Amino acid sequence: MTDSPPREPRRLTRGEWLVIAAPAAWIALFFLAPFALIVKISLSRPAQARPPYEPVFDLASGVAGLLEKISQLGFDAYRGLAEDTLYLDSYLSSLTTAGIATLVALVAAYPFALAIARAPQKWRPILIGFAVAPFWTSFLIRVYAWIALLKDEGIINHALMSLGVIDAPLPMFATRGAVIVGIVYSYLPFMLLPLYAAIEGQDPSLREAAADLGASPRQVFLRVTLPLSKRGIVAGVLLVFIPAVGEFVIPDLLGGSDTLMIGRSLWNDFFANRDWPAASAAAVALLALLLVPILLYERAQTREGRR
Amino acid sequence: MSARVLRNATLALGFAFLYGPIAILTAMSFNASRLVTVWGGFSTKWYSALVHDERMLQAATISLSAAALSALIATFNGLLAALALARFGAFRGRSLFAGSLYAPLVLPEVVFGLGLLLVFVALDVERGFVTLVLAHAAFTMCFATVMIHAALKDCDPTLEEAAADLGATPLRAFILVTLPLIAPSVVSAYLLAFTLSLDDFVIASFTTGPGATTLPMRIYSQVRLGVSPEVNAISTLLLGFVALILTASALLTRGRAKGGGAG
Repeated sequence: MTDSPPREPRRLTRGEWLVIAAPAAWIALFFLAPFALIVKISLSRPAQARPPYEPVFDLASGVAGLLEKISQLGFDAYRGLAEDTLYLDSYLSSLTTAGIATLVALVAAYPFALAIARAPQKWRPILIGFAVAPFWTSFLIRVYAWIALLKDEGIINHALMSLGVIDAPLPMFATRGAVIVGIVYSYLPFMLLPLYAAIEGQDPSLREAAADLGASPRQVFLRVTLPLSKRGIVAGVLLVFIPAVGEFVIPDLLGGSDTLMIGRSLWNDFFANRDWPAASAAAVALLALLLVPILLYERAQTREGRR
Repeated sequence: MSARVLRNATLALGFAFLYGPIAILTAMSFNASRLVTVWGGFSTKWYSALVHDERMLQAATISLSAAALSALIATFNGLLAALALARFGAFRGRSLFAGSLYAPLVLPEVVFGLGLLLVFVALDVERGFVTLVLAHAAFTMCFATVMIHAALKDCDPTLEEAAADLGATPLRAFILVTLPLIAPSVVSAYLLAFTLSLDDFVIASFTTGPGATTLPMRIYSQVRLGVSPEVNAISTLLLGFVALILTASALLTRGRAKGGGAG
């Protein structure tokens, strides 16, 4: 909205309408209508019917019907969210788990991105390509691969026990730690790519200048490289944190039954309890939770696009 | 010298972390033993078991056809949307168009899946293969748009203007001049939309019906029961297949970069 385009926004010509009509209709139907419906269903009451919710309002019932319905709108689903400690716990747990995982990913990805950005120039595209490639391969399978590693009778425990480091298997599987490892592993490319772009794009003469003026390699890193990569850090943190908060597959496969996350609660409400209003209310709450990071990300993107 | 050693050690560690679990999974799919910690010798028996697993094969067919179809719709829509973003300048409603276009990139999958399901229910469409294809076409479209938009930005608009000066209609100029230039990216966008659809589990679970269980859904229900060599085998096949598509896509975009440099 606050976008300040160079020219005054203009109307589209008829030819341009032909181009934009299909994607615009598509967006309206599949991106905007879902939001409206989620909000609508979250305000209705669950019912033993198909679909399992009471109608909120129909255009057919006219304005009078609309007013009447509004007076009986149910905020039950939201009341449920606020009162149910399970939900509150899963919000907090989602935020802390995603937050810790994002920090771990940042700390793990930074040296990796730095190493790729400082590699000989002809190797860089190949290295970053291979580092990001796993993102495109099956998410599910990459998470699944960790089960065999983390289980009590898994590879890591087996290796540690045969080396004599531990006597009994470490309980790693079905814990919050396993979920964090899963998130870091799955979303590392999201962190790596913006960090790499921010480090690789720096002018090497800046570092040389700092070194010439007597800065130690450590000072060069802390006072030149790190501050200049701030934009990449912000983008990477948001790109990992946003999907991690709403993650379902990772906590469901690697977490224990007590590892609550909001995406999992939504899933259970919908598939196990068949409570669509509660699931929709959880979706609205999840979006509200993510609104600030998403808007921050959008702003960073438009700024990037304008350069 | 020590900086180089440190750098190479970091790279080795990073790649080991990224590829180690996948490599172990692949190795285990050829393990004759059921136990992950015991090497029972090389065997392809889990693969032959797969060939006789009717339900797995059926799920694979559904996933592949849904991916092929949805990627087609996504690429077509993505091409039009990218064209509007790259060539129309500042038009009314651009912020809304661009903002909602990229929304699925940052939306949690559970929310997007639930929303799409509610649309299908509101329209009274029975859930099944058709809704699966539509849902996948919806969420992969933004990825296709991003790729094609990048290619269009690199593509010189003066070429189109020259064609117009020589009397070509905008449509002709696009088909004869721009489309051949961005073709590799359009194909890449298709391939990536295809792999995203093939991999998706969450959105498919919300939007598909009883007759159209996808491969990831089938795998998921087995994975929940624990690690099994059959799942390792199907995972390895899927990883190999996606790696093949990725390589093709990477070669295509590299060709584009080279061609762009020469032209």
